[in-house]
Amino acid sequence: MLKFTDEHEWLKIEGDVATVGITAHAAEQLGDLVFVELPEAGTALDKGATAATVESVKAASDVYCPLDGEIVESNQAIVDDPALVNSDPQGAGWFFKLKLSDPSAANALLDEAAYKELIA
Amino acid sequence: MDDSTSLKQTPLHALHVSLGARMVPFAGYDMPVQYPAGVLKEHLHTRSAAGLFDVSHMGQIILRPKSGKLEDAALALETLVPVDVLGLAPGRQRYGLFTHDAGGIRDDLMIANRGDHLFLVVNAACKQEDFAHLQAHLGEICDLTLLEDRALIALQGPRAVAVLAELWADIATMRFMDVAEAELHDVSCIISRSGYTGEDGFEISIPAAAAEDVARRLLEHPDVLPIGLGARDSLRLEAGLCLYGNDIDTGTTPVEASLEWAMQKVRRTGGDRAGGFPGARTILSQFAQGADRRRVGLKPDGKAPVRGGAALFADAKGEQPAGIVTSGGFGPSADHPVAMGYVDTAYKDAGTSLFAEVRGKYLPVTVAALPFIIPTYKR
Repeated sequence: MLKFTDEHEWLKIEGDVATVGITAHAAEQLGDLVFVELPEAGTALDKGATAATVESVKAASDVYCPLDGEIVESNQAIVDDPALVNSDPQGAGWFFKLKLSDPSAANALLDEAAYKELIA
Repeated sequence: MDDSTSLKQTPLHALHVSLGARMVPFAGYDMPVQYPAGVLKEHLHTRSAAGLFDVSHMGQIILRPKSGKLEDAALALETLVPVDVLGLAPGRQRYGLFTHDAGGIRDDLMIANRGDHLFLVVNAACKQEDFAHLQAHLGEICDLTLLEDRALIALQGPRAVAVLAELWADIATMRFMDVAEAELHDVSCIISRSGYTGEDGFEISIPAAAAEDVARRLLEHPDVLPIGLGARDSLRLEAGLCLYGNDIDTGTTPVEASLEWAMQKVRRTGGDRAGGFPGARTILSQFAQGADRRRVGLKPDGKAPVRGGAALFADAKGEQPAGIVTSGGFGPSADHPVAMGYVDTAYKDAGTSLFAEVRGKYLPVTVAALPFIIPTYKR
């Protein structure tokens, strides 16, 4: 199940774990990324908390935690090569995996059609 | 009200939009921040081939001596800048600073001797104030014109000379900071061999009506890409050049800003025309005794960029303030983060270890010599 936030994160939810990244739209808006800072596994985060930071050539931006949960894995590949986020934002450019405190809370997020409408 | 309706447009605005530029408000103008290639590619292309920049938002001012003698205009301008203007030969240009009575910098500018007049290029955000300042102080000696009917473009990079030479063969004989008038595609332009990227290149003042045509001709060349404000900023930062409003302003003096080189000997203590500019007492005394703080280059040790506004400390706990970052980001050619800022004089030497506060952490940075790249000016 693919879900989206109005802060331009995407979530691929499998069971109670969500793989989270930033959308292609967000990656394009940010431009060439040169630095990514990710949360460590074991970090508990509330919805809306700053989970990651990305820096483009020009500016720094925060990536927010889309739901309450605990980080179970971070994607070292994008730390090593931030350009992966630009080239494959909704694939190899994922940010972290989040074990959701309440998987049903995902129902309140946007589906793909609603997100497309948001950025149209 | 929609902000974009109050923004001014340069003569190349339609061209930027047609090229797919992302437009942003900058100094009152709707300006391209990047084109589809993106900031990183635009930056690297400028360093390896040639980049075309629209800098038409900047102010172009003509200072014409009422007496007909250029030296009258030169001496008059010297009352406002700590620069040797009288000694500037015809066909030559140099960097200058408008100072104010407390020794701070009102603006930085380029000053060219065009034979019978002086030609100034000033920052967009300051141009109305600069013009009023010039009018108030030099209006009796000079006729002043703020040119509203000209575009200004910069062609920067190692291929710039070859590209321009295809349009005007004599360009290669120009040295760094030479200024000449030339026909480009049958349009009379004022060309200087200068720029603000650290690369060899040219700035070209063109009548507004012909600007798009000349720009399109240049862009047809396979070596030329259009470059936006994003890459302009990273290029000038790597080159160690100050951005007015970030790295220098009315609260910084030329000595604090490490811009002593912009004040020629003749205007310093002991020189034939020492002083006589606003803030001379403060600036000359700093020259003799040094300032309490200095602008320096800063190389973050890690991969995280350190941006303007970050506080600097001498210790890893953030207890001993050492200064502040004024510009910072990623340097695509340097291939690491780059920054500059002001530090207390005790910490100014290259190699000094400091810590920058970024998102609550204290990241190690090292004071570094500027520039971060090797400039390729043709002296």
